[in-house]
Amino acid sequence: MSLDAHVLAHRGGFGADIALRARDGEVLAVLGPNGAGKTTALHALAGLVRLDAGHVRVDGTTWADAHHHVDPSQRAVGMLSADHLLFPHLSASANVAFGPRSRGARRAVAHARADRELTALGIGDLAGRRPAQLSHGQAQRVALARALATDPRLLLLDEPLSALDPATRPHVRAALAGRLRDFPGTTVIVTHDPLDALTLADHLVFVEGGVVVQDGAPAEVVARPRDPYVAHVVGLNLYAGTAEDGTSVLTPLGPVVTAGHEHRGPSWVAFSPTAVALYPERPHSSVRNVWPAVVQSVEMVGQSARVRLAAAEGDTPVIAEVTAGSVASLRLHHGSEVWVGVKATEVNAYPS
Amino acid sequence: MSTATSGTGPPPAADTTAAPVPSPWRPRASRALLVVPAALAVALVVVPLLGLLAGTEWAQLPARLTDPVVRPALWLSLVTTLVTVAVCLLLGTPLAWLLSRADGRGATWLRAVLTVPVVLPPVVGGVALLLAYGRNGLVGSTLEAFGVRIPFTPVAVVLAQVFVSLPFFVLAAEGAMRGIDRRVLDVAATLGASPARVLLRVALPLAAPGIASGAALAWARALGEFGATITFAGNFAGRTQTAPLAVYVALQEDPQTAVALSLALLTVSVLVLGLLRGRWMR
Repeated sequence: MSLDAHVLAHRGGFGADIALRARDGEVLAVLGPNGAGKTTALHALAGLVRLDAGHVRVDGTTWADAHHHVDPSQRAVGMLSADHLLFPHLSASANVAFGPRSRGARRAVAHARADRELTALGIGDLAGRRPAQLSHGQAQRVALARALATDPRLLLLDEPLSALDPATRPHVRAALAGRLRDFPGTTVIVTHDPLDALTLADHLVFVEGGVVVQDGAPAEVVARPRDPYVAHVVGLNLYAGTAEDGTSVLTPLGPVVTAGHEHRGPSWVAFSPTAVALYPERPHSSVRNVWPAVVQSVEMVGQSARVRLAAAEGDTPVIAEVTAGSVASLRLHHGSEVWVGVKATEVNAYPS
Repeated sequence: MSTATSGTGPPPAADTTAAPVPSPWRPRASRALLVVPAALAVALVVVPLLGLLAGTEWAQLPARLTDPVVRPALWLSLVTTLVTVAVCLLLGTPLAWLLSRADGRGATWLRAVLTVPVVLPPVVGGVALLLAYGRNGLVGSTLEAFGVRIPFTPVAVVLAQVFVSLPFFVLAAEGAMRGIDRRVLDVAATLGASPARVLLRVALPLAAPGIASGAALAWARALGEFGATITFAGNFAGRTQTAPLAVYVALQEDPQTAVALSLALLTVSVLVLGLLRGRWMR
């Protein structure tokens, strides 16, 4: 393990108790809502926040534990934040050369390295510009070059794309993805954008209230969320329940019929919003799972409509994704009474 | 309105008489209420300056400025204030930096103590300096043992000026350093910069405008210093008699020399502040 960390730290009112482990070349994404402790954990890895307990070890060297604290300047880290935080009085090239210079490289060597880093990110022609003369996307690339120019063992990215406008974001994301592929060290990226996590990361860690609620490979997490926040991020309906036999799980919606499952006992039930059909009256079809529901809200997302419903007797939230045509023919609006149907074959049940 | 529904009353236009009519004199009166005191305030500052210009015998000016009393005083003021500013920069900058990064109660108290010379009557400062560095003083008695005597020397002039002007410098520089985004300094640290390098290569360039205006304030305060200097350093021509002291002495014997010297001080002050304003203080 090139990164082996268990961060127990606090800042302001936020505490964090988060374990992070990764191998060389691996990209770890930490996701969670605001105030979940993501940035505190990242700053603890960088040494900007002291650990209350736990440890940070990189390549077997202890950077921090309850008693020791290696200064940030003595750790092989590179950091990139949402705001580029470039030194405003230095040119792009001098910004990138600042790290190597600080670590003892000679001026010519540092500047040659800076030019290589800038060229690798496609902005070699901007080397002489001051940060004020750069666009947001260009400045963020310079900041990435600056973070990489010290050959960090640990690259820490704190919401690296969140401050960019939507038109620039894909370009910087592509540049970042390309650069991370060649990066030999470990990368930890903190984000609340699932797209960043799914496109850049090898391993996802979901954090809520300062603790890890789920972690795993992206494909596994997307298929089998085990936490309401995770389900929300990956866009699935998720319910906790109990599997009493091989064909149904008892959930707050009532018994949910599945196409068949092996396990018994505590269970998760997940289905996609696109698997949810809406009917004006109780359907007399082969659909096994039907519940009465009341529409809470309707909004258009791209070409389809996202309908939030309160279903069954417990007013359990269900999200349906239907066509604009369905919205029109069913005259869906706040307070509409409809029936919700989900085929048994669309339901995914797995043990919790 | 009843007139609108009954249809028999006077035309609705008549209603406008009921509305408050803006009387033409009221805004003018209230503007006068602001302009008159403001103009008076300007006059209180500008009239004395005009008086100085009007009272100058311009033809005599070059001769007056080369007067054997005037030249050494101007020279002493120039040298001591520059030394004072250098001391402020060398010692005050690290102090401002440490204060800007500290949040504890200790820092709050230290800041309060450093502000005392700003509000203290300069003569009292002079007495305090005398009791500290004087022959029997807190530090002076020790210095005396080594044969070092500070009061009534040019060193005392500088000490008095530093005492009154250092707080101006430190408070201005600290304010500028506090204005720097903490995260930029954090990034510099993660890039491997030692605390000294963070200060020299990042914080100082970013705080340069504030440091420059702090130095200008400190210099102006040192140039004008009178009370602490005359109490602690005395008034020996050519040795501790700075330009303000020379003005005071000359005014009693040779008013035109005092005027010439005052004009010189005014010119130098305005020039320096003007240059700083154009370069750093927008």
